[in-house]
Amino acid sequence: MWSGDYRFVTACLVEKDFKVRYRNMSLGLFWSLLNPIVMMGVMTFVFTRIFYNPNARDFPLSILCGLVPFNFYSVAFLSGTTSLVENSHLVKRVPVPREIIPITTVLANCLHLLIQIGLLLALVLAWGKGVSAAWLWLPVVWSFEIVFVCGLALIGSSVNVYVRDTRYVVESANTILFWLVPIFYSFSAIPARFREIYQLNPIAALVMALRNILLDHHAPAFSLLWRLAAVSCATLLVGILVFRRLQRQFYTYL
Amino acid sequence: MTLIEFDNVTKWFPHSGGRALLRKHLLRWVTRQRPGKFYALRNVSFRVERGESVGVVGSNGAGKSTLLGLAAGLAAPDGGSVDRSGRIATMLELGSGFHPDLSGTENLVLNASLVGLSRKQAREAFDSIVDFAGIPEFMNDPIRTWSSGMVMRLAFAVAIHARADMFLIDEVLAVGDAAFQEKCRGALAEFRRQGGSLLFVSHAAASVAEVCSRAIWLDHGQLMLDGPAAKVLAAYRGTAAAGMAATPASGRDTTE
Repeated sequence: MWSGDYRFVTACLVEKDFKVRYRNMSLGLFWSLLNPIVMMGVMTFVFTRIFYNPNARDFPLSILCGLVPFNFYSVAFLSGTTSLVENSHLVKRVPVPREIIPITTVLANCLHLLIQIGLLLALVLAWGKGVSAAWLWLPVVWSFEIVFVCGLALIGSSVNVYVRDTRYVVESANTILFWLVPIFYSFSAIPARFREIYQLNPIAALVMALRNILLDHHAPAFSLLWRLAAVSCATLLVGILVFRRLQRQFYTYL
Repeated sequence: MTLIEFDNVTKWFPHSGGRALLRKHLLRWVTRQRPGKFYALRNVSFRVERGESVGVVGSNGAGKSTLLGLAAGLAAPDGGSVDRSGRIATMLELGSGFHPDLSGTENLVLNASLVGLSRKQAREAFDSIVDFAGIPEFMNDPIRTWSSGMVMRLAFAVAIHARADMFLIDEVLAVGDAAFQEKCRGALAEFRRQGGSLLFVSHAAASVAEVCSRAIWLDHGQLMLDGPAAKVLAAYRGTAAAGMAATPASGRDTTE
């Protein structure tokens, strides 16, 4: 149908998102670094000085392993959800494949993510944790998170066209998930009967995998990896199906 | 070869405009009420062959833009079918893919990708597009600082460089000043000489007569007449004039 160049149009739209965002910030990329550092500092203070914490030594790193995936998930999911409505002029007037819009919105956030991953790795090294062979798992587990968030963005954006308060549902879900992802607590603190459920949440699974890889120097358990992979791919598949089904009426509802 | 074929196409819109908050969706679901329908097109059939240029005339709300939306594949019909083949490019609302904070050059590349050019084709067409727009000295400024006429110039320049068998055009020949309008007409005439097709919407009967040999006339979503441009335009003008004088909605009852 559309005979254009998918890779070119994707690259152009990602570039547009990125340029537009950073052109309106005088400090530019610095903001991507500031937010996780401040959060890490505040949470470290609260959970080592105010609440008693026996393993305070690696605590800031442990928190950052939680914050970076969570920040990416929450920002990318929300901006992906609103992407179709915000780009309604494209959807209604330019015959470009629609799924490109939420996908490129998520991918534009990946540049943010890369900077934050850089920060995380730099701090891991500064902590004297060193590089290990387990680092080879990093691209794999991060890829699954991106796949997962793309799936969520496809679902969120297409539903948001019909029900405009979907974005508030997403915002609330993100707030709830902040507490249900092990950001400021460790996997071992979770009661055994909830662990299974925790591992089915790709964001929680990624946080655990990151701690395995960066702090404990071992590959994530296979049981964790296959759940992360399965749920992420299933979400993307559901996202594609939902999007296909709902996009027929985008023109009418936008 | 048929580029576009409408077979008994019907398209309606919900009166509320469709979008609603959760509360309204729930209310509708509970009370089983459906919003009223507004029929933008009713049982419309026509086809456009390769090399043909067809004008679409009709008063406001006759369904002209909806027809283009369906022809572009942007909307799906609620009844009947729309078959499209070949490369169909659009000039609907020019500048739809533009972002005010990006420079002219950046918008040029972005929109070249949106109209379907590859990176290589965009690079090749770059100079020609800048040249066509005719405002090289502003290309590095963000387009929010441009006048709307300048934006339209660049938008048309990008759009006309799409590799297409057919353009769907919605009222865009009123772009820029007289000289630029002449340039746009010239470019479209050249496109037609090389075997390109147009589906051309306008209120202005004169520009339809100039561009198209055939025309279709829509009124309240129904196809009133399909035939040689001169004949269709005469009939459209006649009813429009008579309608103004007598009953405004009399067009509804007129059939071929």
